[in-house]
Amino acid sequence: MFDCMIIGAGVVGCSIARELSRYNLDLCVLDKEEDAACVTSKANSGIVHAGYDAEPGSCKALFNARGQRMFEKLSRELDFPFKRCGSIVLGFKEDDIAVLNSLMERGTKNGLDDLRIIGKEELSLIEPNISENAVAALLAPSGGIVSPYEMTIALAENATQNGVKFFFGAKVQSLEKLSGRSGGEFFRAKTSKGCFESKIVINAAGLFADEINNMLSAIKFKVIPRKGEYCLLDSSEAGLVSHTVFQTPGPMGKGVLATQTADGNILLGPTSKDVLDKEDFSTTSDGLSEVLAKASRSLKKIPTDKIITSFAGLRAHVESDDFIAGESEDVKGLINFIGIESPGLSAAPALGEKAAQIACAILSPPRKHSFNPFRPKTPRFRELSNQERQALIEGDPNYGKIICRCEKVSKAEILAALRSPLKPSSLDAIKRRTRVGMGRCQSGFCMMKLVGIISEELGASPDAVTKFGGASTLLVCRNKSELKEEFE
Amino acid sequence: MTIICINCPIGCRMDVEVEGQTVISVKGNNCARGKSYAQVECVNPTRTLTSTVRLVDGPMEALSVKTSRPVPKTKLRQCIRELKGVEVKPPVKIGDVIARNIAGTGIDMVSTKDIP
Amino acid sequence: MKAVDVVIIGGGPAGLAAAIGAKNAGAGSILVIERDSRLGGILNQCIHNGFGLHTFNEELTGSEYSARYEAMARDLGVPVLLNSMVVDITPDRRVFAVNERGVQELQAKAVVLAMGCRERPRGSLNIAGSRTAGIFTAGTAQKFVNIDGWMPGREVVVLGSGDIGLIMARRMTLEGASVKAVAEVMPYSGGLKRNIVQCLDDFGIPLLLSHTVIEIFGKDRLSGVAIAEVDESRKPIEKTRRLVPCDTLLLSVGLIPENELSKMAGVKLSPATGGPYVNESFQTSVEGIFACGNVLHVHDLVDFVSEESEIAGANAAGYAMGRGLSGGGIPVIAGNGVRYCVPWHINPDNVIDKISLRFRVTGVYRNSRVSVRFDDNQVFGRKSMILTPGEMESVTLKKETIAKLASAKKITVSVEEG
Repeated sequence: MFDCMIIGAGVVGCSIARELSRYNLDLCVLDKEEDAACVTSKANSGIVHAGYDAEPGSCKALFNARGQRMFEKLSRELDFPFKRCGSIVLGFKEDDIAVLNSLMERGTKNGLDDLRIIGKEELSLIEPNISENAVAALLAPSGGIVSPYEMTIALAENATQNGVKFFFGAKVQSLEKLSGRSGGEFFRAKTSKGCFESKIVINAAGLFADEINNMLSAIKFKVIPRKGEYCLLDSSEAGLVSHTVFQTPGPMGKGVLATQTADGNILLGPTSKDVLDKEDFSTTSDGLSEVLAKASRSLKKIPTDKIITSFAGLRAHVESDDFIAGESEDVKGLINFIGIESPGLSAAPALGEKAAQIACAILSPPRKHSFNPFRPKTPRFRELSNQERQALIEGDPNYGKIICRCEKVSKAEILAALRSPLKPSSLDAIKRRTRVGMGRCQSGFCMMKLVGIISEELGASPDAVTKFGGASTLLVCRNKSELKEEFE
Repeated sequence: MTIICINCPIGCRMDVEVEGQTVISVKGNNCARGKSYAQVECVNPTRTLTSTVRLVDGPMEALSVKTSRPVPKTKLRQCIRELKGVEVKPPVKIGDVIARNIAGTGIDMVSTKDIP
Repeated sequence: MKAVDVVIIGGGPAGLAAAIGAKNAGAGSILVIERDSRLGGILNQCIHNGFGLHTFNEELTGSEYSARYEAMARDLGVPVLLNSMVVDITPDRRVFAVNERGVQELQAKAVVLAMGCRERPRGSLNIAGSRTAGIFTAGTAQKFVNIDGWMPGREVVVLGSGDIGLIMARRMTLEGASVKAVAEVMPYSGGLKRNIVQCLDDFGIPLLLSHTVIEIFGKDRLSGVAIAEVDESRKPIEKTRRLVPCDTLLLSVGLIPENELSKMAGVKLSPATGGPYVNESFQTSVEGIFACGNVLHVHDLVDFVSEESEIAGANAAGYAMGRGLSGGGIPVIAGNGVRYCVPWHINPDNVIDKISLRFRVTGVYRNSRVSVRFDDNQVFGRKSMILTPGEMESVTLKKETIAKLASAKKITVSVEEG
């Protein structure tokens, strides 16, 4: 029997797990995927919002304001890429200035005191590649960028260090609340990886948080998957923008952003379209054209030949348009986090605190004295000076074997990732931890080397290595082993 | 029969009249190279076959090989069939015979790589 | 820090030939830096034949061709640093290479850039659909099959009919896969006729011209692609859309010179080739830094790579030994029907012997003439029954012709009528 079962290893579930690992509790995290950050937390804008957008007084506003201020400390403790680059919202016509003003007003109500409107001149000074059509902008110095998957993995790893158990490939099939012999109540989850029991359940299941809640509660919710498509540009184009650049809504509806990513690429997107299928992560040609068409409102020129990949993510939208964050009204011990869409990433650290407060009020656990807030750092070859590289290689020659030429990832980093707390085994899981294969060649050159390293480390045949778990294998058989009849 | 010339990017479509093992006429070619190609391709088409065999205890798992001379086009798949299951251990030198008289053609498969 | 006369970055066909050129020209110390565990670069995975007709007058496989150059380099005593990747290079030619022993710092008198090129990935095409496993560039698949002996799929669609795509269609077939089709967005193939006949026709693989892949399906592994015909402006025609079930999509949609190091060194790049601007001596915009092979412009014949690289290496050696190169030069203009021409300018004072102009045309031209003019005076003309963008053209100007250049303001290479 666990004290607490957290369902979902996205950024919210992992924030909660890490917060709760400060206490003497038996904790587990269940996720249907093969790794942390496999769904919404890996495919989003990676923006830490300053917090001028949400309706004052809403959960979104509250948790965004609190959460975004926690990123400096968190990124230092957990060693994930985060940069407070500032954000701007572009206005394209006189009417837009009123919109910018109302955004500023909202921001002030949400506790931001450093917002200001800048004119065309200052704008072109700080962002020279912005379209001439932009007449003014709202500047929010506290906006930031973060690698959402590296942050999620860092939270999960630190939680693991502090005793939390993660179970992957564990899809919750049923969930019920039962009474024990002594009269105490508990939860039982039947999953594809067996049965789990706990005193309380924290529902951080993202797109499926409605289904988890609905298994237990009479108060039903519905999560609408809202698709966002993106295009990612080569890091050679990193100079395109230095702030996160938003748009005031235009003739084509809600705008798209253009931003540097925390890893130094340029990201354009997202579109926003409600879909029916919670597992439809496909990009569409309409969506990708929309991204480029809308982004070209913001930018003088988009180097489309430098697009290295495109992707789609699904946000967990609910009709009330606000986070549902708190204990269920009819099921005591069920703590829900439903509809955590943007600014969910910015709010995640604060949502973690919130969950911990509620859980602690129920369980009254003592603090864990051995809690270690720091995740051990793995040196990243590409970020080091040549002197630092020399020192590292002297200690471990695998730092001198560069596997990914585009992102300069060494064999030592890949081995460290394979041996890291969550025991990742797929190409994409290693990629999210090291950036191997994320560069301009998109793993064209290093894929085979990576398959070799993974199969050797795990003692598996190369055809068992997958791109992202399940049946996503890369190799099918040895040469000539499946010759057809006509060869007879 | 109709064939496409492979000598240059024009890719002349040539109508070739064949009687038994002899080419009677070639039409549609723009140059002499086309005609001589047609004469060979229509009577006895051959190909140099390149492939791999399994390399055991080497720095990689495949050793590249080729037929030492072109083999009849009709024998390509049979050659491949005979290479299935062939295993080679280093050292191997370019030109080393890997499989003799492949598919009964009288032609050998030879290594195209040096593996020390 | 170690001082070296000529540092050559890359040990593929360009680097090897440059090393041989440099050594033969009398360079004192040279060093080839190669990131892989063996020399030869991409030729190691080009196990098909058709290499070396120009250079050796015989048909070799890629690996055999490479072995010849490796042997020449070995005989000349060319030192090689394997398993070493250059991570930094400065405009004053300090080169930093990383290997298991640490960061090697070299001060070169001359540098030859010979890093080759990479394949265009899926992202650059923005093909819609799922991000499933089973999508590979043709070169990655070629490496899997030809070096590692593993098949990346059973039922294959190839997008792009350049030579790599065609060659891979045959390779996959002969290792047991079934190739459903090769789709080509252009109305003509960029590959050699020989490869269309011997890689596709021989095996009954359809070549779909003016077709492209518009959507990718599959959850874990690829389950199929949607193919559609395209109109004159290369836009897919929706009503021609059809599904092709397959578990593998191989992309052969173009090569990009790999110039990240060149940029670090401050070398100026041409948007037309993606490679450095070079003069007749293959010197880039940065003095003492030379470039050759696919890093300069993407070739279709390795023989041209070797020839050009040997000259680049010799010039680098000359520079290292103090033979200064005169700056400036007369610009070479890509005229009518010509996409680009290498070199980008010629200084007659630097020309020792003849000069080859290498260029690509912009479309298919029949019964036309390749012409080179110094200002308005034609100094070279050659009739051609066909010119295609897929085949690099080469024109050699003799020393006597170059001598006439002194008074000219520009050199124009163009495609003219008949």
